[in-house]
Amino acid sequence: MTDLATPSKVTFAEPSSPSDRRVRRTDGAVRRIRSAVASVLKHTALIVFGFVMLYPLLWMLMSSIKPNALIFREPGLIPTDVDLSNYTDGWSALLHPFSRYLINSAIVVLGAVIGNLVSCSLAAYAFARLNFRGRNFWFAIMLMTIMLPIHVIIVPQYVMFSRLEWINTFLPLIVPKLLATDAFFIFLMVQFFRGIPRELDEAARIDGAGHLRIYWQIMMPLALPALATTAIFTFIWAWNDFFSQLIFLTKPDMYTVPIALRTFVDSTGESSWGALFAMSIVSLIPVFLVFLFGQKYLVKGIATTGIK
Amino acid sequence: MSSVIQEVASTRRAASERRKGDGRMAALFLAPWFAGLFLITAGPMAASLYLSFTDYDLLSAPAWVGLDNYTRMFEDPRLLQSLQVTFTYVFVSVPLQLAAALALALVLDKGMRGLALYRSVYYLPSLLGGSVAIAILWRQIFGADGLVNQVLALLGIEGTGWVSHPDHALNTLIILNVWTFGAPMVIFLAGLRQIPRMYYEAASIDGAGPVRRFWSITVPMLTPIVFFNLVLQVINAFQNFTQAFVVSGGNGGPADSTLLYTLYLYRKGFADLDMGYASAMAWFLLLIIGGMTLVNFLASKYWVHYDD
Repeated sequence: MTDLATPSKVTFAEPSSPSDRRVRRTDGAVRRIRSAVASVLKHTALIVFGFVMLYPLLWMLMSSIKPNALIFREPGLIPTDVDLSNYTDGWSALLHPFSRYLINSAIVVLGAVIGNLVSCSLAAYAFARLNFRGRNFWFAIMLMTIMLPIHVIIVPQYVMFSRLEWINTFLPLIVPKLLATDAFFIFLMVQFFRGIPRELDEAARIDGAGHLRIYWQIMMPLALPALATTAIFTFIWAWNDFFSQLIFLTKPDMYTVPIALRTFVDSTGESSWGALFAMSIVSLIPVFLVFLFGQKYLVKGIATTGIK
Repeated sequence: MSSVIQEVASTRRAASERRKGDGRMAALFLAPWFAGLFLITAGPMAASLYLSFTDYDLLSAPAWVGLDNYTRMFEDPRLLQSLQVTFTYVFVSVPLQLAAALALALVLDKGMRGLALYRSVYYLPSLLGGSVAIAILWRQIFGADGLVNQVLALLGIEGTGWVSHPDHALNTLIILNVWTFGAPMVIFLAGLRQIPRMYYEAASIDGAGPVRRFWSITVPMLTPIVFFNLVLQVINAFQNFTQAFVVSGGNGGPADSTLLYTLYLYRKGFADLDMGYASAMAWFLLLIIGGMTLVNFLASKYWVHYDD
């Protein structure tokens, strides 16, 4: 709390308040009281605002354990009557038990994560550590593909995958990841690899290690933060992905969680919000857990690269 | 002398041999990426460009129609509507989102207690915002007997069915996008941390007050980050799909008021099987996003301050 009186802190105690100038002229005791009050006010505002931000999520969580009739009657969070039947009802509301969709999503996500980790790190090693003709050219191409909207390629991809009879399999969702089409992560890892001292590779080279070995035994262990960022974001994106799963998976057997949820809305409509919320909560749990355990990397990853 | 020449020559030879070796290694490391680039990205891009000049329903062979799809677009009232919806969505939600992100980042700037917790709370919606579960939640919150109307009723105000009203439905999607301001906020926080403290100290010594310091130091030093966030969020917002799809029940309703461009593209391609038209729309989207990004870059000369 004492650091609140330092100049840099004053700057950020609301630049707009003209009272700051007066504060500096008064003596220390008054200043301390004032900044303590300001700090309390600031924290109160931040907590209230944070609560408002999270309110919809909390409300959904609480609604999911209320009997259906109560969801619409009480806007408050605390349920007067706890009823877990929404979860059991929701679990079996569709053609398959919800576990089926969770497993399908898990397969897609696992494939995407492994694919991105392996293929993007291989490509990144080449761009960061190997000298080859046309490196800058291909690197520029790689950067350009980051900005390409999926819509530009989705129609021919659909045609191609349907010719291969890959529609209603997980292949259209996993194979592109194995082929490093999430170029964004190549870029992320190139940036990271460049920061690893070259002396390490040189020393390994002198000891007779080849590139594959350097890649696997030196770069990979050192690149754990970049790999974790890639894994976490791939997980969340693939779990939340709706557009491509909607296009490539049309058979209920193959539905992933987002597609199943959306079918749920259409088939049961407004009558069973409780069950719908319950399954929505279930669908958010994996992302929430990844968020909880991966926070350190998430914040670093987004701060340095701008991914969501 | 000659030994030096020999040494140089042999080093050169070694280097060129290594480069050749690197070339082969690079081909190996980049093989998955090259395969992805040609099979999953570039190939389909070329095919989609071709298809955009054809009439193609997936069942019979594509028939060349020249520029028909492109000229058709300007006579298609739904497409024009979707453009208007999309531009409104982007131009309203992105500035609001960035303003919220910047405001919170300034309040949260370094060294305050509980920073990590606040950051997480504000950031969480960014991770979940793109999911179907949150879109479902939004649909209920802004529904006729949803949370918003319950709260309004407590205040004695009679609400309306926000998502089912053509004047308000898009606003709910805008609010959803603004709600995910946590991602740009984390980037702003990282940017604020990089402004050297000594600038503020020097300005203080020169007698600059907090307001002056904010406008003369913080704002100019932060413009590159503002620019980065702006470019990124505009590109993202143009491609949003899931929320509009779920909230509108898949058709962009009511009265096409939430018919985002990507949603119309999806409907044209995958509901109407008008693949040629959808491809033309995709290329037009690429043009729009590219154009917007270019405008951003050109305009940045006038307001983005680089410290070099």
